[in-house]
Amino acid sequence: MIILFWFFAVLAVSSALLTVTRKNPVASAIWLIATFFCLAAIYTLLGAFFIGIIQILVYAGAIMILFIFVIMLLNLGNDYEPDIRGHVWKVVAGGTSLVIAALLARAFSGELPAPLGHVAGPASLAAQTADRGTVGVIAIPLYTDYMVPLQFTAVLLLAAVVGAVVLAKRKV
Amino acid sequence: MQQIPLEQALGLSALLFAIGAFGVVIRRNAIILFMCIELMLNAVNLAFVAFSPRSGVQGQVFVFFVIAVAAAEAAVGLAIIISVFRHKESVDIKNFSLLRW
Repeated sequence: MIILFWFFAVLAVSSALLTVTRKNPVASAIWLIATFFCLAAIYTLLGAFFIGIIQILVYAGAIMILFIFVIMLLNLGNDYEPDIRGHVWKVVAGGTSLVIAALLARAFSGELPAPLGHVAGPASLAAQTADRGTVGVIAIPLYTDYMVPLQFTAVLLLAAVVGAVVLAKRKV
Repeated sequence: MQQIPLEQALGLSALLFAIGAFGVVIRRNAIILFMCIELMLNAVNLAFVAFSPRSGVQGQVFVFFVIAVAAAEAAVGLAIIISVFRHKESVDIKNFSLLRW
């Protein structure tokens, strides 16, 4: 388990670095897909089986297809201009990511907040998964406790679909 | 089944978030900026999932919402990029300085 986790973690970090540094947008997109697959494997290792599958279906499937479709549509894969900023910006970027990493490390190494609400813990999660199934363990809270946010998500997706069509159409 | 230590998963999440932020600062191609933002969203998802064995299944439900919002954001953002491309023939953000002083 730990070895698998480290394997996928190293793979995810290296493909994320390649995503950021490749000049060709298509290569960047492909490496980002590799990152998403590694993250899906890590979600599965952490016990979130449904989220792992959703990660592959929605992120690597739908969202990245959208990205690659737009890259191909705008013909950015062939005559891309180099877009990585100069040395000053590299220093700024390095500083920004160091500050963010340090802040996150400080937040995560401090006192972690107490578990939300009812029962928690690895044993309880495993018991719930065995009781309700991999999908049910997410679907039952989603359709009971989180009903209102779920409906709002539906409205948000509808608005996004209409907005995307209106923005991308030549004449409205 | 052996558990993955929480600290290691959170460390990976922080590292991926920092890489995403690095990319957002260093690149000028708008589509790659979007991809870096997706990378940062994924890092946050990883933190949610890593906390879920400790704090209950709510973390995984939140990841579900984050993925839905990320899909909406990607659709609208790419539509904006397409409509800007029609005017400027470029996706480089140095050319999008119309609203900058």
